[in-house]
Amino acid sequence: MVNILKRAKPRLAALASCLLLAAVTTGSASAKDTIKVGVVTFLSGPAAGPFGVPGKNGAELVIDAINAGTLPAPHNSKGFGGATLEPLFIDESGGGAKQVAEYRNLVEKQKVDAVIGYISSGSCMAIAPIADELQKLTIMSVCGTPRLFEEKDRSHVFRTQGNAVGDSIAAARYMIEMFPELKTYTGINQNYAWGQDSWKFYSLAMQKLDPTSKASSKPQFPKLFSGQYSAEISTMLLDKSAVVHTSFWDGDIEAFMLQGMVRGFFQQKKLVSVTGASAVDSLGKKIPDGVVIGTRGKYGLLVRNDLSDPLNAWFVREYKTKYGVYPLAPSYQYAKAILYYKLGMDKAAQAAGGFPSQDEVMQSLKGISFQSFDGEVSMALAKGRQAIHPVGYGLTKWDAKKGEPGVEKVRFYGAECINPPEGILSEDWLNAGMPGAKCN
Amino acid sequence: MLAQVVTILLDGLNYASFLFIVSVGLTIVFGVLKILNVAHGAFYAWGAYAAAFSITQAGELGYPDWIGFLLIFASSIIVGLVLGTILERLVLSRMYAQDEVLIALATFGVFLCLEDAILLVFGVDPYFAYQPMAVLGNVVIGGVFRDVYSLTLFALALVVAVSCWWVLTKTKWGKLIAVVIYDREISQAMGINVSAVYLIVFIIGAALGALGGAYVAPTTSVAPGFGIDVIVLSFAVVVIGGMGSIPGALIGSILVGVLRAVAVHQFPELELFVVFAVMAGVLIVRPEGLFAPPKARTI
Repeated sequence: MVNILKRAKPRLAALASCLLLAAVTTGSASAKDTIKVGVVTFLSGPAAGPFGVPGKNGAELVIDAINAGTLPAPHNSKGFGGATLEPLFIDESGGGAKQVAEYRNLVEKQKVDAVIGYISSGSCMAIAPIADELQKLTIMSVCGTPRLFEEKDRSHVFRTQGNAVGDSIAAARYMIEMFPELKTYTGINQNYAWGQDSWKFYSLAMQKLDPTSKASSKPQFPKLFSGQYSAEISTMLLDKSAVVHTSFWDGDIEAFMLQGMVRGFFQQKKLVSVTGASAVDSLGKKIPDGVVIGTRGKYGLLVRNDLSDPLNAWFVREYKTKYGVYPLAPSYQYAKAILYYKLGMDKAAQAAGGFPSQDEVMQSLKGISFQSFDGEVSMALAKGRQAIHPVGYGLTKWDAKKGEPGVEKVRFYGAECINPPEGILSEDWLNAGMPGAKCN
Repeated sequence: MLAQVVTILLDGLNYASFLFIVSVGLTIVFGVLKILNVAHGAFYAWGAYAAAFSITQAGELGYPDWIGFLLIFASSIIVGLVLGTILERLVLSRMYAQDEVLIALATFGVFLCLEDAILLVFGVDPYFAYQPMAVLGNVVIGGVFRDVYSLTLFALALVVAVSCWWVLTKTKWGKLIAVVIYDREISQAMGINVSAVYLIVFIIGAALGALGGAYVAPTTSVAPGFGIDVIVLSFAVVVIGGMGSIPGALIGSILVGVLRAVAVHQFPELELFVVFAVMAGVLIVRPEGLFAPPKARTI
């Protein structure tokens, strides 16, 4: 028996070597068949329910569809440059320092091919320098501060969502078009990059578009995730301003609306909410009619009943089937970022005639225009890294027939009407009176 | 002008009432058990979730909106009793001989566990239990609409303050607690069940934390992370007033509440700064806080 084993040893060793070689070869091929991507969104904390989880759902839905090749045309090719995407979902809560550590872990230990996500402007500003330092392709999906590209050139960062400049100018245009008689305004915005930028650009746009309008000297800047706004509501009720601008998001917008409703706030003030659509869905019938609501794009509440676009129709139908609720703005925004990555991978793979390098993918992502679930998106700013797209607003109106929230008097403003051309800082463009703005 | 002063005062007292209800539990526990209980924020969050969940369920089952008030108090008692007992018996009672910093770290660990447990039990979606607030409607005071529900917070804070004063100064229980605070070992030697006093005081502190959360729940969106900020705020109030002092917690709450309201109305950009500026100022002038109880000198 021992002799048999001895004789068999060299053969077994040869067989084992062959198997090992086959395993290594197969492993190498599967590395090209599968790509790992970190998808970062709020999975805990007050932003998880209204923003993070809908964002994750949107990403998951589209990743599954692309992996299976079931997205509608023209995006119905299977995979990302032919590869299957394996997402690693990471929680965005915990602040900038934690996010930087998570990002380093994704890149250096998990060896991801790209990172997609980030809702908070604070996270985006913390991650962008690290993305450039580690030279990892990173696509920001939701955050809105214009500082991301206006303060510094980025080498590895892209953003598929328009910024606070377009959102604010669209809000100002809507108010002037729909409520020209309301000349005075104040604001309540969270005390960090997104809130401060939103207020700054809304005020600037109002001053330029209607020089007779007047801003309050006491705009409110409560802490992010503060949740209690009794004193702020009192201050604004005593303020003579007719309009209140807010870029509140997450649980803050819902808390503010609840507290405002019981204090007759909406009967006395016209609220313009840049991202309030998530609260309209959460609070349902309790939201009064006539609140000005935005979604930062052709998303959610504003396009829910307009299913003429096949991509939007597919997205709304599939999302509702899978998750039992309508997709919110973050669902679209994450889905869009994933789709953008697919398009870059496909284009680069085609040009390279095989699996593309990161540089080839980034080159193919720069400056492209594409049809997403929210219509046409153009990577027109920041040397082809920053998206522009139309932004719209509407007035809340309870749909009694359907028993769900609805909107009326929806207006969309074209991307080139609300964004500066390439090469000009947003503030300079606004101060100059928005030269070259193409508004129909 | 008068309308503005009235509004600032009401806003300040409203916030002060909220701060007092939350921080009084923290200060009672510190005063008696000498524990900085970081898990207090989790009691607040669990109180809010328990109230919001039960009020929402009651609404869906067709119960009248006023039932929400009963559910707020029931939720606070249940959360205080269950979580307070578990934490005190399973964790703290085994650590009383340890260093105070170690105990504080242990409560921090419990806080993180309880925060995650919220995600497991209640999920990530926010809860809206607005019924008790809506049922009371609003009134006009100083030319401004105010929700009556927030005004009832004053009454609740007053009841809590008077009850604490009465129990501690006029009852046998208060005397027992005072003796245990003064010297644990002598109390034990004299036949006082110190372990039971600790447990009961801790449950009361936990229930007060839960009451703060449960009472605030109808005014806001109850979402994950609900208890994080409140522990920082209540800690600031307790430090200002003097750790372990109930009158200190009351005065600290009023000071922070009113100054914050002044900031919001007059200098909105200072809102965030004012709470901690007051704390820093008090610590510079009186490091032990405004009303720190006298300490027995040991030789």
